[in-house]
Amino acid sequence: MEVLQLLISGISQGCVYGLIALGFVLIYKATEMVNFAQGDIMMLGAYVAITFISLWEVPYYWAVPATILVMATVGVILERVLLRPMIGEPHFAVLMLTIGLGFVLRALAGAIWGNEPRALPMPYVGDVLRLGEVVIGYENLAIILGTALLCLLMWLFFSFTRIGIAMQAASQNQLAAFYVGIPVKRMFSLVWALSAAIAALAGILTAPVSLVDPLIGFVGIKAFAAAIVGGFGSMPGAIIGGLLVGVVEQFAGLYLPPGFSDMSAYVLLLVMLVIRPQGLFATMQKKKV
Amino acid sequence: MSLLRAEEISVHFGGVKAVQEVSFSVEQGEVFSIVGPNGAGKTTIFNLVSRIYDCTHGHVFFEDQDITRVPTHAVADLGIARTFQNTELFEQESVLNNLLIGCHVHRNTNLLSELFFLPSVRRQELDFRQKVEDVIDLLDLQSYREQIIGNLPYGVRKMVEIARALCLQPKLLLLDEPSSGLNPEETDDLSFWLEDINEELGITVIMVEHDMNLVTQASDRVMALADGHMVTIGEPQEVQNHPEVLRAYLGD
Repeated sequence: MEVLQLLISGISQGCVYGLIALGFVLIYKATEMVNFAQGDIMMLGAYVAITFISLWEVPYYWAVPATILVMATVGVILERVLLRPMIGEPHFAVLMLTIGLGFVLRALAGAIWGNEPRALPMPYVGDVLRLGEVVIGYENLAIILGTALLCLLMWLFFSFTRIGIAMQAASQNQLAAFYVGIPVKRMFSLVWALSAAIAALAGILTAPVSLVDPLIGFVGIKAFAAAIVGGFGSMPGAIIGGLLVGVVEQFAGLYLPPGFSDMSAYVLLLVMLVIRPQGLFATMQKKKV
Repeated sequence: MSLLRAEEISVHFGGVKAVQEVSFSVEQGEVFSIVGPNGAGKTTIFNLVSRIYDCTHGHVFFEDQDITRVPTHAVADLGIARTFQNTELFEQESVLNNLLIGCHVHRNTNLLSELFFLPSVRRQELDFRQKVEDVIDLLDLQSYREQIIGNLPYGVRKMVEIARALCLQPKLLLLDEPSSGLNPEETDDLSFWLEDINEELGITVIMVEHDMNLVTQASDRVMALADGHMVTIGEPQEVQNHPEVLRAYLGD
């Protein structure tokens, strides 16, 4: 029973890693840039939700879509203002830019909302679901269900909609995409919107479990490891990699001496790089954005 | 009314004057070839017409509409399709998917109906599938339908790229060295297909081509370029024997 309980909390933590990893992968696949501010965008999303709910007293279920919308807009603005002028610049410059962006966002969040941890009030916190001897908190359940729903939506979006297919096309071959009539630059803005929206969702879902402070974005580094484990460039790989990191972390926390839990994501990353450098889903990256 | 008209187009890259004040017009239903030695500016003219580069001077008109500043992605919607010298395809997708995406410029359904795959979307997809099948028949690509582009030989890829351009149902087709990398047999087939595309589908064709046999066989008119300047425009034989063209190719 203990194992099952650990597995579930591992999965719920892993979903958060997976969502952030998904943001990494989306942007990388489309624009070949790695956005190291992905975790900080999640942090910003959590703060925007807190602002809506605590400060402006917007009902929770309205605040969630509002936050996602606001963050998607932030994503578009970041792409238009910061990233688009960087097209054609060396990858290293873009990398430094996103790392710098992370610093700016953290400082900005500290200045606006303060450095003390804040809680995100939510309607279902504290309730639990009992399945036999396994107890699942509603906040963990929300993470798992929210992630599952998002995966389903993303799959539908990328397989069936014209925009989804256009996004895949633009990420595979920009020239070819132009001449089948796809506005490639608009697709890049959309990719940033999508990945910021996903990060916002991750922030909203994780906020009730871990309090929100300007530094929670550092979880993005673990998510980065998860994305590589999954085979950087594969969307299902990002989620599976996230789940793997989450579960391994939980078990390391119980069975290994203290300290190993925080390290386990990177140990997993190193092991993966040694035995299968292309990551879990390298062959499947063919098909997905 | 000419289908396409270029008026004194020029493009400079820093000090390099790649194309200088070239004017030409292409009539509805023509096969128009652009020839010239390497570096003459042939592909650059394609890139100007298809809006990869901005003209430094001059204007391009398509069906009397000034397209000198339209965005690159709008070219397909206007009715201009193009291929590339080294093929630009969606390498990890099947031939079928590459062709289907060519049809999507004509899709007029919305996001929600697509998510739920409503009957209107279904009808349109079936319609596109039919069109793709027609193009596959025309270019004899039946046996490659489900194959991934990355696994196909070069000659077939070139045909797939032409097929995708046809799926856009263009009025004007720009072919950049369609015969490069093809063996003599494939080049023969190509000249027949060009005829089909031009006569059966009524598509106007502009091609950049080095193979003079193909040019003479297929084109109505030829424009010769050298060093970014236009040398002459005329019937294939005329151009081939033009003294300046000979000089440009062979030297003094």
